[in-house]
Amino acid sequence: MEIAFYIAGAVSVISTILMLTRMNVVHALLYLIVSLLGVAIVFYTLGAPFVAALEVIIYAGAIMVLFVFVVMMLNLGEHGAEMEKQWLTPGIWTGPVLLAGILIIEVFFLVRGGTAAVGTGAVEPKEVGIALFGPYLIGVELASMLLLAGLVGAYHLGFRKVEKPEIQHGRDTHERRAAAGGNPVLARTDQLARTP
Amino acid sequence: MISLLWLIPALPFASALVLMLFGARFSRRAVAAVGVGSIGLSALITILVAASFFTAPPSGNSYNQVLWTWINVAGFEPEIGFYLDALSLLMVLVVTFVGFLIHIYSAEFMIEDEGYSRFFAYMNLFVASMITLLLGNNLLLLYLGWEGVGLCSYLLIGFWYQDPANGRAARKAFIVTRVGDTAMSLGLFLLFTRLGTLQIQDLMLRASEQWPAGSAYAVIAALLLLGGAVGKSAQLPLQVWLPDAMAGPTPTSALIHAATMVTAGVYLIARTHVLFSLAPAAQFAVAIVGAGTLLLAGFSALTQHDIKRVLAYSTISQIGYMFLALGVGAWQAGIFHFMTHAFFKALLFLGAGVIINALHEEHSIFRMGGLRKELPVVFWTFLIAGCSLAGLPFITAGFFSKDLIIWGALSAEQGHPGLWIAGMVGALLTSLYTFRLIFRVFFGPLGTPVTKRPGYAMTVPLVILAFLSIVGGYLKQPLLDFLHSVLPPTIEAHIGALKEIHSEAIAALVFLIGLYFAYLFHLQKRSLADAIVASPVGRTLHQWWFAGWGFDWIYDKVFVQPFIWAAEINKSDFVDGFYTGVAGLTELFYRVLSQTETGRVRWYAMGMAAGSVLFIAMVLFL
Amino acid sequence: MLVRRNLIFVLMSLEVMLNAAGLAFVVAGARWHQADGQVVFLFILAMAAAEVAVGLALVMQIYHHFRSLDVDALSEMRG
Repeated sequence: MEIAFYIAGAVSVISTILMLTRMNVVHALLYLIVSLLGVAIVFYTLGAPFVAALEVIIYAGAIMVLFVFVVMMLNLGEHGAEMEKQWLTPGIWTGPVLLAGILIIEVFFLVRGGTAAVGTGAVEPKEVGIALFGPYLIGVELASMLLLAGLVGAYHLGFRKVEKPEIQHGRDTHERRAAAGGNPVLARTDQLARTP
Repeated sequence: MISLLWLIPALPFASALVLMLFGARFSRRAVAAVGVGSIGLSALITILVAASFFTAPPSGNSYNQVLWTWINVAGFEPEIGFYLDALSLLMVLVVTFVGFLIHIYSAEFMIEDEGYSRFFAYMNLFVASMITLLLGNNLLLLYLGWEGVGLCSYLLIGFWYQDPANGRAARKAFIVTRVGDTAMSLGLFLLFTRLGTLQIQDLMLRASEQWPAGSAYAVIAALLLLGGAVGKSAQLPLQVWLPDAMAGPTPTSALIHAATMVTAGVYLIARTHVLFSLAPAAQFAVAIVGAGTLLLAGFSALTQHDIKRVLAYSTISQIGYMFLALGVGAWQAGIFHFMTHAFFKALLFLGAGVIINALHEEHSIFRMGGLRKELPVVFWTFLIAGCSLAGLPFITAGFFSKDLIIWGALSAEQGHPGLWIAGMVGALLTSLYTFRLIFRVFFGPLGTPVTKRPGYAMTVPLVILAFLSIVGGYLKQPLLDFLHSVLPPTIEAHIGALKEIHSEAIAALVFLIGLYFAYLFHLQKRSLADAIVASPVGRTLHQWWFAGWGFDWIYDKVFVQPFIWAAEINKSDFVDGFYTGVAGLTELFYRVLSQTETGRVRWYAMGMAAGSVLFIAMVLFL
Repeated sequence: MLVRRNLIFVLMSLEVMLNAAGLAFVVAGARWHQADGQVVFLFILAMAAAEVAVGLALVMQIYHHFRSLDVDALSEMRG
């Protein structure tokens, strides 16, 4: 059991690092999915099978897939990779690395004081369910409202007015007629397009 | 009757208020009625109060009427209270009566002026403040009156404010007296912190108990009060404002700068005579100031050609006599001279006003002449007043009062032969310049022709005052006895070979010498006077004395110019710079901080990350 | 997230961070043998899902508008 934990952990970390340094978006995404799967295994070794399952199904399965869909739709390709290479100058890394370094040091300080015992025994999904319907009931309600908000928001933002060609045609004709001073014959000709 | 005391200052206050608020809407007649009437009523009530005081003297020869407590803080409780005793009663009588006559005079004198109601409002306010000063039973109320008369003096000197020169003269008066006022307030602070009260009677009592004669506190307090008196009464070294104060209307000069305000200093010293008795050094200083001033002003008066300036220097000189009297311990003589001086000096000024008016604003005596026949009433009254001023023996009041002072300068316990000589020389000078004035203005060929003749309102007060200038002298003994209850009698300490009668004889001789020389130079052989002035020595002396012994020039160089220079340097005002600096600093911060608003998401994210790192570090390690 | 300029990468980095936080919670819950850690992870998950949905919709709108996915180009604020 222990060894699975360490291997899965290492896979996650390496995969994440690789993800961060890729130029191609899709490659990075795939590495991210691998990382998430590794984390799921970690969860299982820690004795939280419910969460492990959730991680795979929702996080890796739904959220990442959504990412992949959008990226495919935007169709960045090689052009995107070129842009990335341009943008990623070495100088940029210094600030965040500094901050992250400070954080890691802080984490070390924190962790040093604690006991290292890893509790055996899993936390059953049953317990989680009881907790959810017990003291955390309000949280569940709020989470559902949040999801509703996200749903409505995404729907509204994603909505692009797709114009029927008839409407576009009608608008064009109207414009041409107005520009021709009401003369329908002139409106049909191409001479109109040449007038400044 | 005596409880009507509070009305004496209250009536003029009320009328001043009414005139200030509604005066512009009244007719001339109504304004005159209110303005003059209030002072008349005050005078009447004063007479009633005086009658009551004489027939049924209150206990201890003093009457204290408290209206209400003004301030009550930590044991400091000055009241609005009026204290009537022989000294204040006498002075209030003089002020209200002479004031009343001057108000009648000015009802006609100022009739053509646009600021008619404003004038009467200021004059009434002045009289009210002066009476408050005289009647106040504590030094704080006295100081209130003191400041009030200073304010009204400023307002009235600069009455014709459209001319900036008048404004300058008014400012000069105010600032110079302010110097004196500051000294006086320091004196008040000292007295209060040391003795714990400002009630005058209590103060004098405690001072005589707690401070031995000659103690440093007494001397310093007395000197500070002297400083205030010197400012208000235009004595050395603060006498520079009075000649320029002649820029105001003539009734103002008559009331404020001859009869009343300038005597406030005399009153102050007389009131606090106990304190001065405890400080012989300070008292001697008073005498020195008086003697010096009377000589200085006398010489200056000899050279002036503006009729009002002659009278102004004469006033300075005569108040010097009063200070001299107080300084040597001849208290009653000083107050007696105040009374007679009020009569004849007010008369002189009013007469000068009539002359100026009649000659269409001509001020220079060298362009006047021969008015003896043209303005007879003025001539006779002016002559009587001039004789009183110079001290015509036995007939005029001035002779009695001035002689008393000169004799006291020799014989009183603080007297000194040098002071007696100074007094005699001063008398000679007084005679000289007075008759120079009279001969130049009234005798000789006609100068500027007369265009306007005065009416009754202007001549009747002249006559009344002339009468008083003669008769007042015969009140000498009753007056001195009257004042006995308040002021200590003059102790005759140094009596040598010279008796009082001898001093009087010498004074009479001096008067005649002055008369003769004035006649010689200014009537008979005027060319002789011109020749003396034209000679080199004569010319420098003339210029020097004309400019008031150079005091204006000294003050300008020592005080005014450095102040202006410092103000110029500080034109950009470093204090202001501090505040603009604060604004500038804020702007700097704004500029720096507005750099953080870039609109770039990564920048904000970086900010958040850095902040949270910092925060965690603080929580962990601090 | 601070380093990359592509908007997609920014969002992906966000996912990584959320995941890491959730991991921490679950580990804590496992340490103390309580269900709370997992419950919180569930909430984080729900929140992440909603956020991704909205975020990607926004990404599409941005692409449609600005024709680029550069985060720095999205700065229309002055000052």
